[in-house]
Amino acid sequence: MATTMSVRSMVTARFEEVAREQKKTLAPLADDLVLLDSGLDSLCLAIIVARLEDSLGVDPFSSGKDAEFPVTLGDFIRLYEDAAR
Amino acid sequence: MPHADGGSLWSSLSAAGHLSERTLWGADASVTLGDLVGGSSLSGRLELLRGRSVLVATRDQLTAALALIELDAVARRLVLCPPDLPAEHLPFVAAAATVDALVSDRATPDAGPPGVGTVMTCTPRIASAAPERTGRYQTEWVLLTSGTTGRPKMVVHTLSSLSGAMRGGRPSGEPAVWSTFYDIRRYGGLQIFLRALLGGGSMVLSSADESTGDFLIRAGGHGVTHISGTPSHWRRALMSPAAHRIAPRYVRLSGEIADQAILDHLRVCYPEARIAHAFASTEAGVAFDVGDGLAGFPASLIGREGADVQMKVENGSLRIRSTRTAARYLGGEGGPIADGDGFVDTGDMLERRGDRYHFVGRRGGIINVGGLKVHPEEVEAVINAHPQVRMSLVRTRKNPITGALVVADVVLKSEPGPANGRAVTLEHEIMQRCREALSRHKVPAAIHFVSALAVTPGGKLVRHDA
Repeated sequence: MATTMSVRSMVTARFEEVAREQKKTLAPLADDLVLLDSGLDSLCLAIIVARLEDSLGVDPFSSGKDAEFPVTLGDFIRLYEDAAR
Repeated sequence: MPHADGGSLWSSLSAAGHLSERTLWGADASVTLGDLVGGSSLSGRLELLRGRSVLVATRDQLTAALALIELDAVARRLVLCPPDLPAEHLPFVAAAATVDALVSDRATPDAGPPGVGTVMTCTPRIASAAPERTGRYQTEWVLLTSGTTGRPKMVVHTLSSLSGAMRGGRPSGEPAVWSTFYDIRRYGGLQIFLRALLGGGSMVLSSADESTGDFLIRAGGHGVTHISGTPSHWRRALMSPAAHRIAPRYVRLSGEIADQAILDHLRVCYPEARIAHAFASTEAGVAFDVGDGLAGFPASLIGREGADVQMKVENGSLRIRSTRTAARYLGGEGGPIADGDGFVDTGDMLERRGDRYHFVGRRGGIINVGGLKVHPEEVEAVINAHPQVRMSLVRTRKNPITGALVVADVVLKSEPGPANGRAVTLEHEIMQRCREALSRHKVPAAIHFVSALAVTPGGKLVRHDA
């Protein structure tokens, strides 16, 4: 089971990887960064979610009951930390 | 239904009344319908476009909207050029639609495709004019949709087939302010545009240059009451801090499968709104909408006799017959739109669970990435061009953000090794080719090297329909 710290670093690594591949300028990654202001579009976020499912084995968007859509990077990381716990 | 008598868009929207209170808002400019009574976005020079096949190729949606309002029944044919049409397809589109005039909103319009003599500028700065908008033409509205080869398919509608699902006239109560995340040059967006115009409402047009948050704030500022988008548009909206800047009475989803999760999220976010998911396609038109908040649709909709829209399920896919279906394709591709009995095969595969049908995917493995269709053959052709690739299968992978993503299973001519490059290098090379040759949403999100792919006795790749 992944630790909380490693979930966070895996998420941020995926953001940086996909931004590089998709030639997007990534905003500085901070917990209060609004995802839609991160420089990544829906397609980028979709790829990140797919790759995190491959590496963490969870898709909190599809499994979470009544889970709110994440607005900030902090929300996004917490979603994965809770799901991987 | 004021439009059913063959009236023009202008006469039908005028019949809904209150023109001076109704506005089309773009991101940078706005026009009140009343301004068009004694004015024109085309300098009143409609005579130059009368009877022509007009390519409406504007940058902004507002100018496209104005051109459509002014030119229905005046032009013989209106070709709605979506903003992302690759320039290389323009000559094909122009030739297939025998385009002989171009409407642009650029200060110095590009020369049109070969053979297009007349280039007309359309502007939201309405010039005083007395345009004669009546015409004898039942104008063909040509919509572009993606084709198997990457070349667009050109689908012919009329105002009457496009507005078949709408009740004309102004409903009682507060006037509606419509909006959509779609571009109005796509079927889903055009439906909302026509609903706003024919139903006596106003409309907030989206803009490709505007962020989701800015658009929601602008739509909220204009008091949007009715708003539509694909499930992917809505997922993105719900990830915006500005999601609560709108308070719509009606939320509509179309263009992709609406799963239970997005319907539930929308109900929580917009508790006052009626939430409906609709089924429509460019070819088959609007078939139905579902307002009970549940994914899928009641099985009782299938096989109803005497209904406006008749639906049946054959070989697993939804077939639709109604007056809202498109007439034909232009350009000699794609064959007939409907079968001999007038049914259009949507290619959308259904599965019955209890008393409801659910959409489970598309025939032929067509992938819907956030509302954009991907034909696997087009992607496979690019992958197969790599010298080390024997064959490939491009398929869908479910995704909670865009509904689906593209992934590829690839069989190499020989096992990756020192002689022909390592798997990582090959993957990189194949990805690079895809990125160079294909739109972003068509590039596989992942490549898996496999030892074999299933092939039918007829020698075709086995594609799963869902």
